[in-house]
Amino acid sequence: MWGTMRQRVSYLALNRTRPVVYASRSYASGPKQMTVREALNTAIDEEMSADPKVFLMGEEVGEYQGAYKISKGLLDKYGPGRVIDTPITEAGFAGIGVGAAYHGLKPIIEFMTFNFSLQAIDHIINSAAKSNYMSAGQISVPIVFRGPNGAAAGVGAQHSQCFAAWYGACPGLKVLVPYSSEDARGLLKAAIRDPDPVVFLENELLYGQSFPVSEEALDSSFSLPIGKAKIEREGKDVTIVTYARMVDYSLQAAEILAKEGISAEVINLRSIRPLDRSAINASVRKTSRLVTVEEGFPQHGVGAEICMSVIEESFDSLDAPVERIAGADIPMPYAANLERMALPQIDDIIRAAKRTCYRSAPKAAAA
Amino acid sequence: MASSFLSSGIIQPLPLRSPDKPQTLFDHLKTTSTFLGSTSKLRSVSLSKPNLPNPHRRSTVVAVSDVLKEKKTKSAASSSQLLITREEGLELYEDMVLGRAFEDMCAQMYYRGKMFGFVHLYNGQEAVSTGFIKLLKKEDCVVSTYRDHVHALSKGVPARAVMSELFGKATGCCRGQGGSMHMFSKEHNVLGGFAFIGEGIPVATGAAFTSKYKREVLKEDCDEVTLAFFGDGTCNNGQFFECLNMASLWKLPIVFVVENNLWAIGMSHLRATSDPEIWKKGPAFGMPGFHVDGMDVLKVREVAKEAIQRARRGEGPTLVECETYRFRGHSLADPDELRDPAEKAHYAARDPLTALKKYIFDNKLASEAELKAIEKKIDEVVEESVEFADASPPPPRSQLLENVFADPKGFGIGPDGSYRCEDPKFTEGTAHV
Repeated sequence: MWGTMRQRVSYLALNRTRPVVYASRSYASGPKQMTVREALNTAIDEEMSADPKVFLMGEEVGEYQGAYKISKGLLDKYGPGRVIDTPITEAGFAGIGVGAAYHGLKPIIEFMTFNFSLQAIDHIINSAAKSNYMSAGQISVPIVFRGPNGAAAGVGAQHSQCFAAWYGACPGLKVLVPYSSEDARGLLKAAIRDPDPVVFLENELLYGQSFPVSEEALDSSFSLPIGKAKIEREGKDVTIVTYARMVDYSLQAAEILAKEGISAEVINLRSIRPLDRSAINASVRKTSRLVTVEEGFPQHGVGAEICMSVIEESFDSLDAPVERIAGADIPMPYAANLERMALPQIDDIIRAAKRTCYRSAPKAAAA
Repeated sequence: MASSFLSSGIIQPLPLRSPDKPQTLFDHLKTTSTFLGSTSKLRSVSLSKPNLPNPHRRSTVVAVSDVLKEKKTKSAASSSQLLITREEGLELYEDMVLGRAFEDMCAQMYYRGKMFGFVHLYNGQEAVSTGFIKLLKKEDCVVSTYRDHVHALSKGVPARAVMSELFGKATGCCRGQGGSMHMFSKEHNVLGGFAFIGEGIPVATGAAFTSKYKREVLKEDCDEVTLAFFGDGTCNNGQFFECLNMASLWKLPIVFVVENNLWAIGMSHLRATSDPEIWKKGPAFGMPGFHVDGMDVLKVREVAKEAIQRARRGEGPTLVECETYRFRGHSLADPDELRDPAEKAHYAARDPLTALKKYIFDNKLASEAELKAIEKKIDEVVEESVEFADASPPPPRSQLLENVFADPKGFGIGPDGSYRCEDPKFTEGTAHV
């Protein structure tokens, strides 16, 4: 069954992330490898198969097999009644999805990238997130808005924004940010089954990455709880809190830090709203140092919220000022070298971790 | 200025109203018997279009108006020509009186401080709500805008529930959490109540999509229809056009009902719209467009029957433009200074309640006493709803955090590692979030 899902076609010419293999990671007991793309595809497939009310709607999801091939094969399997190609009308079809969810169906609305969700943001926030409250529980909205979020490679300012902080600020929404294939599978299944509106922020550069998945994750009833973060790597000197693609960079930074005698604990948030403050704070109380890493803009970002949460709840445990690393406070430039400078790199994480351990020179003027 | 771009002079740049000069807008209105509504105009515009996607559909538009004209000009004495039975007549009258009395009571309560925030009243437009919604089944859906009290009432939401909601009490249809602009009722399939204009149209299209999905994919026996109510200002909004396209493309069972009351707050429809004949936008997307006199409940009902049955048969959407008028301002905070008093008087003379009353008397469907009895009954209902709302408690503090999520685990994990919603103090409303 899995063989049909493994395609060796490269969909995007530019794929700058290094392949990540963690053979000794404890979270994967089985040797099965799965790309994030396959994970999402199988998750949608299984949920559609289990519940006939689930349908997928978006641009190019049907005949084109998905703009990023996430919905490959679904049109053939479920037919045009359940895998619906839409015209280019984000506001319209997001609203149609919300209306369908009001009335009993379970839509998955795909945005080609979350940048395009801005055309539909009225529906995500005003008619999806707030409706259960405004109707006092009468109208629940079991909808999933999903699509790639954040920077890709050289796609310019209007295609590279990370919306985790924007959607994470809105009450009534659940916002999920998977990293590995297991995250992608488990969280998407949980999102589809959830009776509330879920914003599911994927990452284009992670789609082609392969991760080991456990036997348990391959089961069709598998799902991960929403709101629980995962400790990707245990440590005792500094806590690095991050999500999505930055988990990869943070794990690599942790490897390098380990060689220099700093043991970093890396937390993969998995969920921006609700934020797993309990796990973050428990970790900071253990290590006494915090570094947050995100791709998005710094002002009012996810890191700002995490830092504040730690200051509120674990101030006495802190041995050093909290550090947040974010993308540069500029629209994303196009040139490859500028783009690299505009996003956090592994060195930035290492430097920040060392600063909290008082092992480096004072902060230079940050970008 | 702007006029250089426009043909036929239908739209003039309007001078600001000064006491000695009558407003250009209304002068234009005076020259035609009804604004945009004369059938001769309809006929000429419709037949002159060469590239119709479906010419057959176009003739339907003319046919309905013709049928109505014939019915009106024939002698009203012969009962076989009557548009409604006695029971229907009384039902329609009662519904419209309820709408009118309720809204008048809202105005009173607002000025007494019992209602607050934004309140948008429906006086004058009752024919549209009653004409359409009284043809629906309970399973059919209605989606509206902020001017939604009467839509909710027509659909069957009890007056006391709506009044309590407006007072912000816990017994309101949304437990005081929605307010005037957000009337929801799952039981009666009122799917809102939206403050943003145009927001309800995709939601209504989605409900219609659900109906089609249930029929075709889930193979259920479902012929539910959705009605989307919105105004003239919304017809310039992008979401309106997006949904006309998709509804027609997928042949969704929806009726788009435009309540063209000529004014969007203080913006006249003619100043805002390049082609003010909204019904024409339907055929551009492949669906029939009707124009109907929205001050006459019987005419509205005839057109509504046709449109709703079309949707139920699976033939797709319809766009119905109802020319109507709101007697009050945009909201209770609107001083309503821009509208010409002569225009208001013109439409006040066409009050839908008086028109229906006259029809009922002329055709001897009911006596004066019976109608008076209905009015008295409705007065009592509205009074009782006010008393009920007054006596109801405001929402308790614990309600603040309720209903944000259907699955309250969405509030996340608390400091002690378990889900916040499992903490009993959370539901008491005393836990810190």
